[in-house]
Amino acid sequence: MAHHVEVAEEQYVFRPETKKKLYILLVVGIVVFALGLVLAMNDSGHHGAAHGDGHAVVAEAQKLVASADQHGAASEGHAAHADAGHHAETKPWVKRLFSTLWMNNVFFTGLGIIGLFFVAIQYAAQAGWSVGVKRVPLAMGSWIPVAGILMLGLWFLTHHDIFHWTHSYLYDVNGAEFDKIINKKAPFFFWPLAGGTFPLFFIARMVIFFGLWYYFFVQIRKNMLAEDLEATNAYWYKNRVTATWFLIFFGVSSSVSAWDWVMSIDTHWFSTMFGWYVFASWWVTGLAVITLIVAHLKSAGYLKIVNSNHLHDLGKFCFAFSIFWTYIWFGQFLLIYYANIPEETIYFYERMRNSPYSWIFYLNLILNFVLPFLLFMTRDAKRQISMLKVVCPVIIVGHWFDFFNMVTPGVMKLEGGVGFLEIGVALIFAAVYLLVVLNSLSKFPLFGKNDPMLQESLHHHI
Amino acid sequence: MTADKNFLVGVFDNEEVLLDGISKVRSTGLKIHDVFSPFPVHGIDDALGLKRSRLPRAAFLFGLTGTSLALTMQIWMLGYDWPMIIGGKNFASLPPFIPVTFELTVLLAALGMVATFMIVSDLKPYKWPRQFDVRSTDDKHVMAIDLALNGGKSKEEISRILKDAGASEVNEKNFE
Repeated sequence: MAHHVEVAEEQYVFRPETKKKLYILLVVGIVVFALGLVLAMNDSGHHGAAHGDGHAVVAEAQKLVASADQHGAASEGHAAHADAGHHAETKPWVKRLFSTLWMNNVFFTGLGIIGLFFVAIQYAAQAGWSVGVKRVPLAMGSWIPVAGILMLGLWFLTHHDIFHWTHSYLYDVNGAEFDKIINKKAPFFFWPLAGGTFPLFFIARMVIFFGLWYYFFVQIRKNMLAEDLEATNAYWYKNRVTATWFLIFFGVSSSVSAWDWVMSIDTHWFSTMFGWYVFASWWVTGLAVITLIVAHLKSAGYLKIVNSNHLHDLGKFCFAFSIFWTYIWFGQFLLIYYANIPEETIYFYERMRNSPYSWIFYLNLILNFVLPFLLFMTRDAKRQISMLKVVCPVIIVGHWFDFFNMVTPGVMKLEGGVGFLEIGVALIFAAVYLLVVLNSLSKFPLFGKNDPMLQESLHHHI
Repeated sequence: MTADKNFLVGVFDNEEVLLDGISKVRSTGLKIHDVFSPFPVHGIDDALGLKRSRLPRAAFLFGLTGTSLALTMQIWMLGYDWPMIIGGKNFASLPPFIPVTFELTVLLAALGMVATFMIVSDLKPYKWPRQFDVRSTDDKHVMAIDLALNGGKSKEEISRILKDAGASEVNEKNFE
């Protein structure tokens, strides 16, 4: 019944032309970034009429929070200190630069870790269809160490401007700016040290997460590549165990990293959906990147063992998890909207109406739900490379905006926006990310010729 | 001879032979009435040259009906017919309507699809499907050839084609 099909091994060649294109992308990114930086530096003193309106909104938002908080006095103090420009030591353009660097690094960290997550799921679920595409997400995992180093470095560079909770005056009980709410959250950041000192627990989590993610990545890659040299199922079984431990760890670490790196920017605010929300956004973007790279490899004549059935599965993944993301998005929004508690609604108040971010708020839903939902609905759309190449970039750009709106309003308040600076940094990240990933992809065969699931994948038919 | 009454039924022992047989039979120009198998056979739709079902389109339209029905209903009820202040929200505010809209979309799409499938497959109550060979519910694959629609060929000729295609036996089946 099952015909044994012989397939020729394939190796991706990272050709100089491709590299040249990516270097051009990098240079374009740097030029746009430099232009944006100059514009942002000269823009620091813009306090026009439109801005006055903005301040009114801020004042109103702060009134909302103040009325909700039990410790009226402390909040008044906060409002005053925000108005007085306590952060005047950092220029707006520096904050804007820091904010966009941090936001892009969190976004691209997801594109690294999701590669490993995808591979791990294939082993844990004993998936057979994915043998032809599994090495692409594996290559994406090689971004994890880069992202980890950048994250740690950027944290030390930018933390006072991005994370409000890092300021020690918030934890001074006798100080004018003592914040009861943040003080209660202090152990989450500073344990076992005292609040306002060095956030040992926070940094330890960051190091452990990246360290273990990288460890699991190295283990899984080692087994996958050892299998190429020795035709035995033992490596597959080993990887299934490793993948399962990774998934358990990732279930916790993905949520906690979302609280740490994104949610703690809005320190007073919290949402129990947030870990899932960030994961959903990472996951669907990662799937879109995998699909896009596979589609481009196929167009370039690689991956002969991947046919429209496999593309259909990848397309279904993108389609399904776009809806999943929307479900999480809506789950978070509806509860906050309905309960109408000011300290919760402030998050959406800053992002929805009368805000420089409101267009992104609605664009987010169009790019990440409406377009993928309608364009990917039919079977044919998911099976055609041309359609995948249209919709996947939409999803990727859409979720970049999603992360922008998660991070920027909390850091920049009403001063933020998408300009040359933000686009430039995103292009630089994209170029470097692709250089690292494609370089890693060229280091091993494009699929495992001894994978026990290879024949199943070749016969995959849906 | 009228159509849909008199058949020649080829019995195949396994699905590999059947899939092979289908293309052999079709290549002779013979029209296959239908094929029955005890389990889903991969690639049989392509082998028989069946067009893709239009059920998904029906599902989309049923879903769209559900969406508009739910939104119209809620906006009319809570916005116009009996406005109520709930949680200080506008009378007709969209977010709280989304869960109901979602549910009705799914419900109508699902029920509509089942009903459409039943109707186009002629599965009405008290309608008993015809059995070409009762073993097609057990371990045999069965291919039915309508004699009236293949009038150009004699019974013997069709029987020989079926045998050549790998049928282990060929029987005649007539319905009243």
